[in-house]
Amino acid sequence: MFDFSVVTKWVDDLLNGILSPTWATFIEFVLIGVCILTAYAVIALALIYIERKVCAFFQCRLGPNRVGPFGLLQSVADMFKMLIKEIIDIKHNDKFLFNLAPYVVIAASVLAFGCIPFGKGLHILDFNIGIFFLIAVSSIGVVGILLAGWSSNNKYSLIGAMRSGAQMISYELSIGLSILTIVIFAGSMQLSTIVESQANGWFLFRGHIPALIAFLVYLVAGTAETNRGPFDLPEADSELTAGYHTEYSGMHFGFFYLAEYLNLFIVAAVASTLFLGGWMPLHIPGWDGFNQIMDYIPSPLWFLGKTAVMIFIMMWFKWTFPRLRIDQLLRLEWKYLLPINLINLVLMVIIVVFKIHF
Amino acid sequence: MNLSLFLVVLLTAIALVVAAMLIARLISPRSYNKQKGEAYECGIPTRGSSWMQFRAGYYLFAILFLMFDVETVFLFPWAVSLRTMGVDGLLTVTFFFVVLVLGLAYAWKKGALEWK
Repeated sequence: MFDFSVVTKWVDDLLNGILSPTWATFIEFVLIGVCILTAYAVIALALIYIERKVCAFFQCRLGPNRVGPFGLLQSVADMFKMLIKEIIDIKHNDKFLFNLAPYVVIAASVLAFGCIPFGKGLHILDFNIGIFFLIAVSSIGVVGILLAGWSSNNKYSLIGAMRSGAQMISYELSIGLSILTIVIFAGSMQLSTIVESQANGWFLFRGHIPALIAFLVYLVAGTAETNRGPFDLPEADSELTAGYHTEYSGMHFGFFYLAEYLNLFIVAAVASTLFLGGWMPLHIPGWDGFNQIMDYIPSPLWFLGKTAVMIFIMMWFKWTFPRLRIDQLLRLEWKYLLPINLINLVLMVIIVVFKIHF
Repeated sequence: MNLSLFLVVLLTAIALVVAAMLIARLISPRSYNKQKGEAYECGIPTRGSSWMQFRAGYYLFAILFLMFDVETVFLFPWAVSLRTMGVDGLLTVTFFFVVLVLGLAYAWKKGALEWK
């Protein structure tokens, strides 16, 4: 399988050959920044297009089909539209916090985005506490949403932000515990190690029943964490106009929109990294010919394919289940998912410690 | 190396917001109208400020979350070294885990998980 660290090594050697080490490092950093921004923008635009198309097909519509072939340029046009919209300054808001909120939301999603292994050697932040860091930074996003809702001085924004905060912190617990289950099984928090230890079988298949339960819990909690699907009550349009970003306009609103889709991608990417082997190809022990053919498919394609499947499932949720009420939402988390998760954790510990297989 | 990369990613995020906001401020139209600065609620002038006391139910869940999340944080290092610690590791954490479950059971019994 092609190792992308060859490419980064080559760029590093090339830059060090021409420039002094300080400048070479600086240019590498700039290149990393450009790569992140490009991937971030492209993925967000692609997701917006895919979401609209998938929604349309679920409702027997055609979706965007005017701008470019099959409406492919629709989200690019939307981006430009958003850039040239007026940014309205509200009179009675808290100016500083109002302007700070998009920074917090975007910083949380970009930092989480930087942790994800896209392929063999395609990895920016690879801490030894990788997955823990990812949970930590992605939960900063809640602060941004609360700031946005509070500083707008708008009743709808405040209610939306409070609902969103209660929902996101509640479901973060389930996300943390289901990830903990996998960390126990993998024995490591480093994302690259977790992916490499799935070479002979993804954790979803190798992790016995607890991994399967953790996967299902993660999917439900992840959907809630991104404020979409049946859990979209923070921005329930019919009750709250637009929730916490009611007062934001133009590009200011665009940041929340961007971060929302990137969070969808991050949740799906983490699901595919932890449970479905990340960029690891599908290997079946014993089938050497099959394994070799699977190795020919490049690792980023495996990763993006698995992530796309997860994203599709989360979009499917949205059109299958009706929206929950806040009491149902909190009951689902605290009375069902959390106890299930705790029992599941104990099961996984028993499997790991006593080496029982079932 | 990892720390500087972390800073690079963070700066990239900030640069994205700053650049996009600058471009938007430069090319977006401006029009001034007194009505525009009003809160977008329902068309009639807003009554009072929105910075007021809010229902305590949310606060209760935040406290519960804090309790459980901190305990999860303590479980992470244990999870990594469980394979090497074996049965000892399991026994050490059992007590901690029982307290955690008891906490949830207490909150449940007290009705803190009900949305009233």
